[in-house]
Parts: sequence; C-alpha cells; structure tokens
Amino acid sequence: MEELVVIGNGMVGHRLIEALRDRDGDHRWHTTVIGEEPRTAYDRVALSSYFDGATAEDLSLGDPTGPATDVHVGERATGIDRAARTVTTASGRTLPYDRLVLATGSTPFVPPIPGHDLPGCHVYRTIEDLDAITGSAKNARTGVVIGGGLLGLEAANALRLLGLQAHVIELAPHLMPAQIDEGAGALLKNLVTDLGVQVHTGTATTGIEPGDDGRAARLTLDGGGHLDTDLVVFSVGIRPRDDLARACGLDLGERGGIAIDDTCTTSDPHIMAIGEAANHRGTVYGLIAPGNAMAEVVADRLVGGDATFTGADTSTKLKLLGVDVASFGDAHGRAPGALDVVVNDAASGRYAKLVVSDDATTLLGGVLVGDASAYATLRPLVGSPLPGDPLALITPDGGASVGADALPADAQICSCNAVTKGTICEAIDAGSTDVPALKSCTRAGTSCGSCVPMLKQLLDQAGIEQSNALCEHFTQSRAELVEIVQATGITTFSALIERHGTGRGCDICKPAVASILASLGGGHILQGEQATLQDTNDRYLANMQRNGTYSVVPRIPGGEITPDKLIVIGEVARDFNLYTKITGGQRIDLFGARLEQLPAIWSRLVQAGFESGHAYGKALRTVKSCVGTTWCRYGVQDSVGLAIRLEERYRGLRSPHKLKSAVSGCARECAEARGKDFGVIATDNGWNLYVGGNGGFTPRHAELLASDLDEDTLIRYIDRFLMFYIRTADRLQRTAAWIEAMDGGLDHLRDVVVHDSLGIAAELEEAMQRHVATYSDEWADVLADPDKLARFVSFANAPDTPDPTISFTTTRDQPVPGTPLNLGMPTPRPQEATR
Amino acid sequence: MSTATHTATRTGTWINACPLHRLYPEDGVAVLLPDGRQAALFRTHDDHLYAVDNIDPYTQAAVISRGIVGDRDGQPTVASPMLKHVFSLSTGHSLDDPDIRLTTWPVRVDGTTVQIHTSATEGTP
Ligand code: SRM
Ligand SMILES: Cc1cc2nc3c(=O)[nH]c(=O)nc-3n(C[C@H](O)[C@H](O)[C@H](O)COP(=O)(O)OP(=O)(O)OC[C@H]3O[C@@H](n4cnc5c(N)ncnc54)[C@H](O)[C@@H]3O)c2cc1C
Ligand code: SF4
Ligand code: FES
Repeated sequence: MEELVVIGNGMVGHRLIEALRDRDGDHRWHTTVIGEEPRTAYDRVALSSYFDGATAEDLSLGDPTGPATDVHVGERATGIDRAARTVTTASGRTLPYDRLVLATGSTPFVPPIPGHDLPGCHVYRTIEDLDAITGSAKNARTGVVIGGGLLGLEAANALRLLGLQAHVIELAPHLMPAQIDEGAGALLKNLVTDLGVQVHTGTATTGIEPGDDGRAARLTLDGGGHLDTDLVVFSVGIRPRDDLARACGLDLGERGGIAIDDTCTTSDPHIMAIGEAANHRGTVYGLIAPGNAMAEVVADRLVGGDATFTGADTSTKLKLLGVDVASFGDAHGRAPGALDVVVNDAASGRYAKLVVSDDATTLLGGVLVGDASAYATLRPLVGSPLPGDPLALITPDGGASVGADALPADAQICSCNAVTKGTICEAIDAGSTDVPALKSCTRAGTSCGSCVPMLKQLLDQAGIEQSNALCEHFTQSRAELVEIVQATGITTFSALIERHGTGRGCDICKPAVASILASLGGGHILQGEQATLQDTNDRYLANMQRNGTYSVVPRIPGGEITPDKLIVIGEVARDFNLYTKITGGQRIDLFGARLEQLPAIWSRLVQAGFESGHAYGKALRTVKSCVGTTWCRYGVQDSVGLAIRLEERYRGLRSPHKLKSAVSGCARECAEARGKDFGVIATDNGWNLYVGGNGGFTPRHAELLASDLDEDTLIRYIDRFLMFYIRTADRLQRTAAWIEAMDGGLDHLRDVVVHDSLGIAAELEEAMQRHVATYSDEWADVLADPDKLARFVSFANAPDTPDPTISFTTTRDQPVPGTPLNLGMPTPRPQEATR
Repeated sequence: MSTATHTATRTGTWINACPLHRLYPEDGVAVLLPDGRQAALFRTHDDHLYAVDNIDPYTQAAVISRGIVGDRDGQPTVASPMLKHVFSLSTGHSLDDPDIRLTTWPVRVDGTTVQIHTSATEGTP
C-alpha cells in the first residue's frame, strides 16, 4: 500500500476520504488524517443550526476512521519535509507520505485595529468559536458583528437567537457586497432591519475600547461615532491557511492560497491542495461545492483517473434571517457590454435583476432578493439563449416562466452535486419515474433541495404521469377509495387492502384509510385494528412533541369558557407539571404529558365537563369567534352562539386534512373567518359563508360562497360543503387546494352546494346527520374501555416506569424539554416538505 | 408462530417482555431492558415478532414503538412517528439512509410469553 497523508479534517478533507473510499476498491492507499480541531469533520455550512438546537453530534459528518484510514484529531501538523517526504506534528509524530493533500481550509481574518484581541471579541468558524460566543452572550444585551457579508448576517442572526440586540457594521455602502449589487443590498437592509437587526453600512470601525472589567465594551467608528456593546464578532473575510505550504516553499497565489493546477497539484508533484486553502488560477473559493469538486478530482487521480478541476459556479441561494437571497452567474455584470434588467419592488420586499448580453439574447447572471423562487429555473439558463423577454421572467405574474424544456442538455440542474439536465434525462430514460428515484440514481436534489421543482418538471416533460396512486400499496386515489368503501361497505383496512391493494400498507395509506373509515361512520378510532392505522397524534389522541411527550388540548367551543373550567385547567396543569400556553386557536394547550399520564389527566378533564379538542386529528379543530352582539357595540349577530353551534355540530368529524372555522359578528372580522376553511361573517340580514381559506405555508383568503343566509340554510350549506369535501378531496388536501383543483372551481362548488347540480345534497346532509347523531367524546370512550386504556403505558413490562430519556428544565417558570434535542438531522437537508 | 431471523448463538439471557395476547398485530409496545435500554416490540400480521431500538436515531425520542407498521417492497417496516423515517423491522436499517440503523434484538415466544434476548445487534449510535 502507498501512504497518503491528509492535513486537515474539515468538510473538504472529509469528502476526499469518502470519495477515495468509494473508488479505491483495490486498497491501493493507506490514509492518515491529521486534524487540528478536537473532533472529526462536521457540517460547517450548517454551523449556525448549533444555535438553533443542533448538537455537535448532529453536525458531525461521520467518523472517517476505517480499516485503511487512521485519524488523529486534536493534533496540528507543524512541518513538511519535502525532500524526505514526511510530515511532522505538534505531538512529535513523523508521518512518511507518497502523496500529501493539504486541506487546511482558512481562518477568519481579524483586522488589526486597536482592541481586536480583547476578551469578548470573537470569530465565527468552529464549534469552539460558537461556544465562546455563547459564553460571552451570558448577561449580555448587545452584540455587534463587524462585516455585513453572508457570514456576518448569519452571525447576526445567531446573536439574535441568543437574545441580544444585534448590530451589523459594514464598510461597503451596502450589505453582501461580494454577492449582490447595490439595489439588492438596499432592499436586503430594509428586510433585515425589519427583523430587528440594526444595520450600519458605509461605516468603518477604528477601534474597540475595554470597559471596567477589561472586556470589549465600546466601538469607535470613523467620523467620531461610538457604539456600546457587550461582545464583538469579526466576519470580514477569510484567509487561506497556507502557512505550512509557505514554510516548505510551495508556490502560493498572488493574494495567498496554495497555488494548484487543474489536477489540484501544487508546485510539488507529490503534494495536492484542495478546498479553501487552495488557489486555483487566482481564485480562492469560499464555498463548499468547489471544494468538494476538488476533492473528487484528487480522489480520482489517486486511483489513476484523469479528472480535472476547471473552475466552479459560485451561484448561491440562501435564506438569511428568513430572507431569500440568491445570486448566480455574472451577478455584477462584469462582462463587457452586459445589460441589467431590474425589477425593484420595495413595497412587496422583492428585488430581481438579470444580467444579459449586450444584444439581450443570452442570460449571464442575476440577483434575487426577497423571493428567490425563480432561482432554480434561471440558474441553469446561464450562458443559454433567453427563452423570452427577460423582464417577463422576473416580473411577478408576468406570465412568462421558464420551463425546463428551454434548457440545453448541458445546463446544470443541480449545482450542489453538479448534475446536468442531460444526466437527469438519461436517468429518466433508463427508468426513473419519480423524484426519489432520480435522487438515488443521480444525487440531484439531495443537498439543498432547491432543484427539486426542476426534477418534477423534467419528469412531467418526459410524459411520465405523476400518478395519483396513494402509495405503493394502492393504485387508487383517496377519492376513489372513498367510493370503493361506500360501494362495498368494507369496514376494515385489512379487507380493503386484501381486495383492492397489495402488501400490508404504510404510514401513508393507513392513516388515509383510517380517516375514510372514520368519516363514513367507522366507530372509535382506537377500536381493534383501527388503532394501528392512526398517524402519530391520533394513535394516542394527543399531539406528540419532540421529546416523545404529548400535549393535551381540551375543546373550548368558540373560545368561550367559564371561570370554573378555567380553574380546572389550571389545576390539572399544576398537578401534572404541564407547560401551559394559549394557542392561536382560542384555547389552551398543556404540554409535556407522558404517555402513561394521559388517562389520569383526561379523567380529571372529562369529569369537569371537557371533551377532546381533536388538536391531534385531521378533523375539525376550532371554530373561533368574536364577542359579537353580546358585548360588542358594532356586532350585528350573535357570533359566539353560532360558533359554539358549529363547533358542537362538526366536532369529531374526520376529514382529508384538518378543518378550521371562525365566525365574526360584523364585517370588521375580528375572528379572522376569511382565514379559515369555512368562515362565517355576520351581515345585517344574516350570514355570509366563505370557503377555502387557510393560514400556513400558502395563506389564502376564503371566498364568498353564499350571502345573507339564515342560520338553518347556512348550516345545510356547510353540511353539504364539508361532506362533499370529505368524499372527493385527496389525502392531506386542504379545502383551498381542493377547490382550486376542482373542474370549474368555486362556481362548480357553488352549483353543487347551493343549486344541488349533482342531485346529491340530500345524501350529503344525511351523512352529516349520521355523524352528528353518532358523535361521542373519544377521550370519554377511552376512559370507559379497559382494552383501550391498556395502550397508555410507558413499557409493556414496567407500565408505570417513566421513560428515562425524558427530562425537563425550567424556562420562564414552566417545564420545557430538558435533553438537548436535535432537529432531525442525519438526513440530507432539507427534509422534503412535511406531509 | 415463528421467531425473528436471529439464529447465531450469543451470550445473554431471555427476559420476559409481555404476554403474547398483549401484543396486537401491527401495534407495537415498548419494553424496558435490564441495562436501561428500550426495545420496540412488534408483531406483524403474519405473526412474526421483531424487536428494534425504541429510540428514533433522528430525534433521540423514545417513540419507535408508536410507529405505523407496514411494508415496503415486501419487507416489514415501521415508520417513526416523529419525522416518518422508515426502518426495516428485520434488520433495523433505515430504508432512506443506509448509514443509519436501529439496534435489533432476538425475540421468541415461550408458551404465552414473548421474550427478548438481551444480546443486541448494535445499530448506529
Ligand atoms: C398549538 C398551536 C400553536 C400555538 O401555540 O398557538 C399550533 C401547533 C401546531 N400546529 Fe398549527 N397550531 C396552532 C394554530 C395554528 C393556526 C392559527 C389558527 O388556527 O387560527 C394556523 C394557521 C391557520 C390554518 O391552519 O390555516 C396553523 C397552521 C398550521 C399548519 C399549516 C396548515 C396549512 O394548511 O398550511 C400546520 C401543518 C399541517 O397541518 O400540516 C400546523 C401544524 C401544527 C402542529 C399540529 C404540528 C405537529 O404536527 O406537531 C403543531 C402541534 C400542536 C400541538 O402539539 O399541540 N399548523 N396552526 C395552535 C393550536 C390551535 C388550536 O387550538 O388547535
Ligand atoms: C458559518 C459558516 C457558514 C457557511 N455557509 C456556507 C454556505 O451556505 N455555502 C457554502 O458553500 N459555504 C459555506 N461556508 C463555507 C464552507 O464551510 C467552507 O467552504 C468549507 O468548510 C471549506 O472546507 P475546507 O475543508 O476547505 O475547510 P475547513 O472546513 O475549514 O477545514 C479545514 C480543517 O483543517 C484544519 N487544519 C488547518 N491547518 C491544520 C494543520 N496545520 N494541522 C491540522 N489541521 C489543520 C482546520 O482546523 C480545519 O478543521 C460557511 C462557513 C461558515 C463558517
Ligand atoms: S367582528 Fe365586529 S362584532 Fe365581532 S368583535 Fe369585531 S367589531 Fe365586534
Ligand atoms: S441544487 Fe440540487 S440539491 Fe442543491
């Protein structure tokens, strides 16, 4: 075996080891890795999530140690003897090499202003840096980030998350000068300022003065200004770590960085350099994708390949402080004769610029701030002819949007993994029929996920019908299954899958069928086999929280509650030590109940007259109300009375997605009825019924279905509307999406509900009547049934022993989960949209 | 009723987990092991028994026993109720992420009692 030594176990060094392991099937290399940090490589790109609950373990990229790989962390390489071909380390090790790879990354640059090294001054690069910042932030109120680039803004957000008033000081006249232009920078400043971060652009820091305790306390600014602060984070740029290379006489780039050629080899043929430490043709890349590409080239060359690195795309799309920012291609318009096409809509917080060739035919680059949804389609177009009028591409609702068909085969669809349209189309031709298949066969879409919409488009274009089959077990859609269940009278999942499906089901079809059976009158959801079909929350009639405990939400119809009942809730929360919060749905949520405590909690609540609030179910949640005529001087109808009537009528009704409602007593709309699946607003003559509203990811206002209805007609229409929805909607399709997808849309719906155009109104009303007549409180039923109660134990062999992994700490006088929790990491980020 | 696929001889002991009638098909239970670890015990519709780690490796919450049992491409699975990652019941492997694996334990029925063997096939930590 030949000896390979890798100095640096950061992200790129780690990728090299993985890539080599994949390729070196003949075990040609024995690898020794020297890493200075006290741990093996971790995801530096996601470093900030450390402030959001992720732990060092969550960030870890996995232990690189293997049969042919030795790893020494916490150890610094201190010298390279090129003649003897050895590396020496701080602990006195001498390692011989046949090949040496320098993956030493970079260090944050700290400008040598007076006071830069005071306690309380930090950089933002490693986990240790973040721990130090957290330490300084204790008892601190204000934090300043010097540098308004991408990392500076990330650091500012981190300070915000630590509870500090964050300031950003940027020397350039606008934020993120390296990526975006002045117009975009100005808009970004507004958006960031709105989030509570104070931005000072065009400002130089001339010094940092200590306070009485000797820690950084005050910045002096050019022009004589001051800024008091408790801590400082420098984020003004990075410097490649080329000191070892310099000391042993390797060629460096003009402005630093170890000079490499297209094979990633330095001026010594036995030494290669990759990542942020390397300078390729005058460029030091401060991004992960080019570093990974270099690592792949080196791995390939080590096993005899001839891969080359010829430069990389520095396009980026980021969500900084919740603001989308993207820049791609020649974002600054540096090409001779380049023209800008700009849409700057400060009112809606949206800026878009395209850089095009002087004849306006070719896209060269662009910048998007505020809404970067066009990034996925625009970036691959760089260098290609524009498919239409450039302005139309970036005007909201400009009508034009770039389709994947406009792209040439060599356009890069996935920039994270360097996958072209050609490769994806080949995979489709070779039999990939959905996004997961494309992901596993091309790696496209497995990193940042921003190219997934394009993958879908390419599948569509290949004529692959994205089937509406529920899952691998049922070829039917949810609506078709409803018809089958109605027509056959099947009452169990087992019977349905046996006759109309294949296999044993999964977490998609089981809850969907459970919901169908329940809305067609299938009895208690925890009865017999039904219990095993239920989704996370339905399974124990409570909402599962991140540490495996549950929350309890008693129904409070219309948000109206007597003082006595309020006191019972308080007593239960106190006696079981539950975190208590008023929800956005006009009721009260009690968090942190262990599985085995749920029956005891509910028996107290049921005794006091409470029922399940179905916060856990795809079912009616709440009907919010405003005080209406009872109290309000503007009210024209009794909105509370109606809200309670509606909530009591539809409580327990299972549906394709959750259902929410609200009733407002006049057009001032204090109950936000138009944000609900069905909303009712009082008029002088009765009630207006609105349908298809929701909040959430894509908020929609409900639209008027019928006006000036008397109460009984209103209820008949709602009955019909809801039952029609339950029978025909797709799984997890809320009313808005259902109406949108309906042939004829709202007009058709009105025909069915108001004019009974399908002749099914009576049947729909009857179905609802059956629901109302057979409703009983799910929790009271559980408490009365020893079989169902038997499910509520911590352990089958130790029913009362609390789960030892659950612990609590106290925040603002209430219990909250204690163990450090992770955000569902080792999966590739981000997760596919939740279901 | 057949036992799970672990046949290698190991050291360790069989401990009683629960009466067989307590284990409904496709409905898991959690079992506390003598060393403080937790197994999620399942019985599939065809009466196979499986024990995998109760702790969801993605969230560290002890909830796998509360997941939905089903199958994917014919192999028995459980979906974590937390973020819906799917694991093979027989090997413990995550079906979406080959690097992640749940610890598994041998299971058998002794008369009317389900037993778990305390020797584990370790998964990823
Ligand atoms: C508790 C509460 C937040 C709060 O502290 O106020 C809450 C908490 C959750 N919401 Fe919500 N939502 C709560 C009010 C809302 C509201 C406001 C409202 O109802 O007026 C909205 C916007 C209105 C809407 O739904 O259209 C809202 C939009 C969502 C959405 C997005 C829905 C969408 O169609 O896009 C989800 C995700 C989903 O359901 O798929 C969601 C999902 C969730 C879940 C169930 C996530 C989950 O599966 O664990 C949260 C768990 C609740 C728990 O464990 O008890 N929550 N959620 C509120 C409970 C209200 C209640 O009393 O039942
Ligand atoms: C907060 C933050 C956010 C970021 N966000 C993004 C982003 O969104 N997108 C993006 O593309 N990039 C981002 N980056 C940049 C990205 O993290 C880097 O490009 C990437 O980590 C570079 O990898 P590397 O292996 O070259 O360097 P590093 O990850 O820095 O690894 C170098 C390692 O070598 C070690 N080392 C150095 N000298 C020696 C020595 N003499 N002996 C032993 N060990 C040594 C160092 O301690 C270090 O562990 C971000 C960086 C930070 C800090
Ligand atoms: S919606 Fe009208 S009636 Fe209801 S509280 Fe507001 S102003 Fe009063
Ligand atoms: S662009 Fe494809 S995953 Fe990031």
